[in-house]
Amino acid sequence: MLIENVEKTTTVEELKKIASQVRRDIVRMVHCCSSGHPGGSLGCADYLVALYFREMKHNTQFNMDGISEDLFFLSNGHISPLWYSVLSRAGYFPASELGTFRKLNSRLQGHPATEEHLPGIRIASGSLGQGLSVAVGAAQAKKLNKDNRLVYVLMGDGEQQEGQVWEALMYAAHHKVDNIIAAVDYNGQQIDGPCDKVMSLGNLKAKYESFGWRVLECAEGNKMEVVTETIQKAKSLTGQGQPIAILLKTEMGYGVDYMMGSHKWHGAAPNDEQLAKALAQLEETLGDY
Amino acid sequence: MKKFTFEEKIDTRSGFGVGLVEAGRLNSNVVGLCADLIGSLKMGDFIKEFPDRFFQVGIAEANMIGLAAGLTIGGKIPYTGTFANFSTGRVFDQIRQSVSYSEKNVKICASHAGLTLGEDGATHQILEDIGMMKMLPHMVVINPCDFNQTKAATIAIANHFGPVYLRFGRPAVPNFTPKDQKFEIGKALLLNEGADVSIFATGHMVWEAIKAGEILEQKGIDAEIINIHTIKPLDTAAILKSVQKTKCAVSAEEHQISGGLGESIAQVLARNYPLPLEIVAVNDTFGESGTPDQLMEKYGLTANDIVKAAMKVVERKAAMKTLSV
Ligand SMILES: Cc1ncc(C[n+]2csc(CCOP(=O)(O)OP(=O)(O)O)c2C)c(N)n1
Repeated sequence: MLIENVEKTTTVEELKKIASQVRRDIVRMVHCCSSGHPGGSLGCADYLVALYFREMKHNTQFNMDGISEDLFFLSNGHISPLWYSVLSRAGYFPASELGTFRKLNSRLQGHPATEEHLPGIRIASGSLGQGLSVAVGAAQAKKLNKDNRLVYVLMGDGEQQEGQVWEALMYAAHHKVDNIIAAVDYNGQQIDGPCDKVMSLGNLKAKYESFGWRVLECAEGNKMEVVTETIQKAKSLTGQGQPIAILLKTEMGYGVDYMMGSHKWHGAAPNDEQLAKALAQLEETLGDY
Repeated sequence: MKKFTFEEKIDTRSGFGVGLVEAGRLNSNVVGLCADLIGSLKMGDFIKEFPDRFFQVGIAEANMIGLAAGLTIGGKIPYTGTFANFSTGRVFDQIRQSVSYSEKNVKICASHAGLTLGEDGATHQILEDIGMMKMLPHMVVINPCDFNQTKAATIAIANHFGPVYLRFGRPAVPNFTPKDQKFEIGKALLLNEGADVSIFATGHMVWEAIKAGEILEQKGIDAEIINIHTIKPLDTAAILKSVQKTKCAVSAEEHQISGGLGESIAQVLARNYPLPLEIVAVNDTFGESGTPDQLMEKYGLTANDIVKAAMKVVERKAAMKTLSV
């Protein structure tokens, strides 16, 4: 199914309902295999749902080259439960497969991979810092192909500490790669604690701008209205000689009260009791897998 | 011993440069990337002919590998160019995740491999690259022996879908293989038929193997010489066919003794047909500054070293015969 210009049909209310189901999927998936990364997954759910259910033109009949489609790359591959849930709910593969996450012989590897040919995945990620380079390359392939669709990539904020990110930032501005929208999950958390404590990112907006990027700040990355508005603004700024970045202020663990406000649920799975508590806070809207 | 002649000495990297232009003409999806080493990699002619299909990356090799992986999405066939050290060791994780595990159609083209890089010294003389690359699933590893063969390989890899590591060098070396040869990935080339010992050589060491064959002939030893331009996938059938006749083998490469061609051959022999084998390679040490010839001499990578190794395995073979009698 080619999802095109669905903004007319998918309302913000509907997007919120989808995001709620996606959050249920996430906690159930990581609970089921007692591992994985719920924190960042929950935090970025609204952004990914907005992209896949409204803002991107994409084809659920997956094709690696993605000609005439918008492409999405997940550089912070550890939030794979979110991506898998969104892909399946969008129609790339049956939601029932979400139950195989991180289990032997599954297409849903711990971190995204192409080896098992899961529809929707175009490159492996998990080793941080590589996705922006890949996305910039794909954006340049689009230009060579005279394909005017866009390339989206999502990174973590802790991930910004990797040097390769800055190589890619410098490159994209120099080569005027203006068909890319790179978002940073600006949740202020990473594994060992708040980014400010681990390795301060300083003024990230100013840094991106000094590297030649046009930067949008999204102060409420968990509010669907604001998220969709920001993406639309970002899209309107493409094609003007500058790459576009979104600093997406999210809350790690958003939607599950006890997972919010700390880095502790970056990479920890809930037990049975905690799962029940989480699910009680998340409305089942599309039917659990 | 068959006679091998050459008209000129020329660097294999120039074969890459000429081959890249040709590959670009044959397939409009071929694109080039370089990390501030256009002259060294001989990519200038490609850029002149296809300015829109070339991307200067600056001194940022990790980014270059990622970009190349991304460019394949949309059907491009990217050739990345930098020194062999910065093509592999510096970016191993990027290659592993974004190229090899993701099975991307990226051609990693690496110049100045091995000791013959010369005066720049050990920081630049990578001797571990074949090992790193051959360990990666999906990766094809090619080390052609001269200008003509490097050119042919550069053209051929565009038609192979999947990641390729193409290794070549800096110095001018004899250009002795046929001018417009067809390059077949994974197909060992029998250069000289012989009965007493099999010599399997790759890259710059193929010419040394030919010279060794001539010396051995004078000593009454009839050497079979095989050019293993593709280290992975290895032409196991050709190797076994040869040793079943000669019953002993020598390998020769400009690489560490661990992880290279010799090690791959040892595995084939151990699993199929155990026989005396000597590995002519750098013996677990770093290189240093010097001229290519001086370095090859000091680190034991000359025709004479191959001759010594061949005599050793021939002796071991004879000793084994006596034992079994
Ligand atoms: C190259 C690399 N180094 C270390 C890790 C281990 N690791 C996984 S996630 C993570 C923290 C990432 O922080 P951030 O990007 O802020 O993501 P968040 O915690 O917000 O989900 C680390 C260090 C990795 N996956 N890759």
